[in-house]
Amino acid sequence: MSHAQMLDQIFVIVKHWLLAYVPAGWQPLASAVLSVVPVLIVFPLLFAITTVLERKGLARQQNRYGPNRVGPWGILQPIADGVKSLTKEDIVPRSADHMVHLLAPLLLVTAAFLGYAVIPIGRNMVISDMNGGVLFFFAISSLVELAVFMAGWSSRSKYSLFGAMRAIAQMISYEVPLVLAAIVVVMAAGTLSTVSIVNAQAGYTGIWPHWFVFTPWGFTGFALFMIAATAESNRSPFDLPEGESEIIAGYYIEYSGFKFALFFLGEYLGMMATSAMAITLFLGGWAAPFSFLGWVPSYFWFFAKLLALICGFIWIRGTLPRLRMDQLMNFSWKFILPMTLLNVIAAGAWHFMPGGVWRWVVCSALIAGPFIVLGRATSWQGKGVAVRKYRYAE
Amino acid sequence: MTITFLILAALTIAGMAAAMGLRNLIHCVLALTLGFVGLASLYLHLGAEFAGFVQILVYIGGVAILAVFAIMTTQSAEPVAHRRSAPFWLAGTLVAAGVFSVLAWAITRSGAHGRGLPPSPQIAAEQVGFALMRAYVLPLELMGLLLTVALIGAVVVATPGKKGEL
Amino acid sequence: MSPLSSYLLLSALLFSIGLAGALSRRSAILVLIGIELMLNAANLNFIAFWRYGPRPEALTGVMFAVFSITVAAAEAAVGLGLILAMYRHSKSTDLDKMTSMRG
Repeated sequence: MSHAQMLDQIFVIVKHWLLAYVPAGWQPLASAVLSVVPVLIVFPLLFAITTVLERKGLARQQNRYGPNRVGPWGILQPIADGVKSLTKEDIVPRSADHMVHLLAPLLLVTAAFLGYAVIPIGRNMVISDMNGGVLFFFAISSLVELAVFMAGWSSRSKYSLFGAMRAIAQMISYEVPLVLAAIVVVMAAGTLSTVSIVNAQAGYTGIWPHWFVFTPWGFTGFALFMIAATAESNRSPFDLPEGESEIIAGYYIEYSGFKFALFFLGEYLGMMATSAMAITLFLGGWAAPFSFLGWVPSYFWFFAKLLALICGFIWIRGTLPRLRMDQLMNFSWKFILPMTLLNVIAAGAWHFMPGGVWRWVVCSALIAGPFIVLGRATSWQGKGVAVRKYRYAE
Repeated sequence: MTITFLILAALTIAGMAAAMGLRNLIHCVLALTLGFVGLASLYLHLGAEFAGFVQILVYIGGVAILAVFAIMTTQSAEPVAHRRSAPFWLAGTLVAAGVFSVLAWAITRSGAHGRGLPPSPQIAAEQVGFALMRAYVLPLELMGLLLTVALIGAVVVATPGKKGEL
Repeated sequence: MSPLSSYLLLSALLFSIGLAGALSRRSAILVLIGIELMLNAANLNFIAFWRYGPRPEALTGVMFAVFSITVAAAEAAVGLGLILAMYRHSKSTDLDKMTSMRG
């Protein structure tokens, strides 16, 4: 193979070389372990980088410095955070349900890690190429809601119960648009397997890639998927369940030390897993943006796109104010859900119309028209809400 | 009987027995979830991928959460569920044991014991899609109708009355 | 691989556990959980027969199980709505207190 291809497949080559030293009976187990261990190492490292990136990014947006004492520009901060969370005292309330209190973060982290099993990180680099990969991913992300409830209930504290109820209501309402926004990709690619979906986007016309995000329904689907993913991970502007200024930490208020770190890890891993799924479905997975950049290894493009999406999450967190609970629910059921259904219709129209300008015009009109109408209908302007008049004490 | 089947079966039976036997209602629902996971693994072991994933998605992500919400809103204090007095409990167990013995007798006397294993079917997701849209399109549409009716019905039944009782 | 009878016995055992629970527990929610358990046992039966049956590529067993899961979810929703209404009426989910048709 050429040098570029060898660099691209370096991990696969190393894995096969290591497997040759394993006796034949142990090969399936060793192959599974060799596939899983890099993911278990790389993504927590990425989590550590994300924490410092988030704190510095948010700080810069808020015109302050962020952590800058631990290493050059504060990049060794995760080590300090890790040492702190491991050595803090693990306080469990006396009336708490100890077994469930312990199991909740474990279930959260397990569900978050399981989602990475179907994400293709590079060419030929996926842990498990399942026939129903997309369905598996969404089934696993519904385990997270149960873990959130277990955390909130077992703490026997009113704040944590409120936080858990809000979090579950939010996660359930945004799970439906998340799945519907992914359905359009499954319709277009004709398969539920993530590897086949990425392969369907790996072609180029001229230098322009065939990613699904460059079609009207794909762009809308990507936007809706990212909004629903922000709500699924309880990140700002949908972070009322863990609003730090309102109910302090919501459902993990009674957790300290390592269990809190596990919650943090689980939440960020979930955010990264959903971003990775968005990359797989809409942004072409490991495919390079332009055809002349194909010599760069495929895993580099995957992690570059992942970091770009994470920076997008951090940017939005620093910019938008928090949504109230009823605003959040209204947004989901009255705006996002109808838009996803219309997106499905637009994708179907795209599939059956012949290629050309007319296809673009019709599909864009099918999406943009109701977008404007729904936006007007669900906003506060049409409801007779007047500008607030202040009356001061006389 | 393979070791995988034994482990999965033990997990499922433990979860379901705990779901029926524990005192704390929340623990019952969590044990039920464990039993659902065991059943989904059994479906995957048998090669029915689609059924296994739908089981996790619908039962664990839907029914278990629904049960938990219901427990939360209907318990005034600790969610403890008392067992019935001894005669009821004994009668229930005896009836269940009777049902199980009849079924076990029927199963062991039938020809299911010696039946060999056919080659494993390679079911692609497309085949499931085709089956849903061709052979089973009528049940699919009826399911849609049923779910709509159930949704509206559940909302109507659970809505508080005019005096704002909730 | 295990013979078909082991799956059928497991399914029968789960069914009888669900039946015992549904008949002998006092809380309405646990009766509902017992019913869900019985439905799950029947689903396991369907999938086992599909796998060991003559034509697995016809997907009959899998389709039946999926539809059964859907119906069970709808029935759980309506049942829990009923339990909510019951609680609102009499402030308890104890089935021993629900002894009269008139409220």
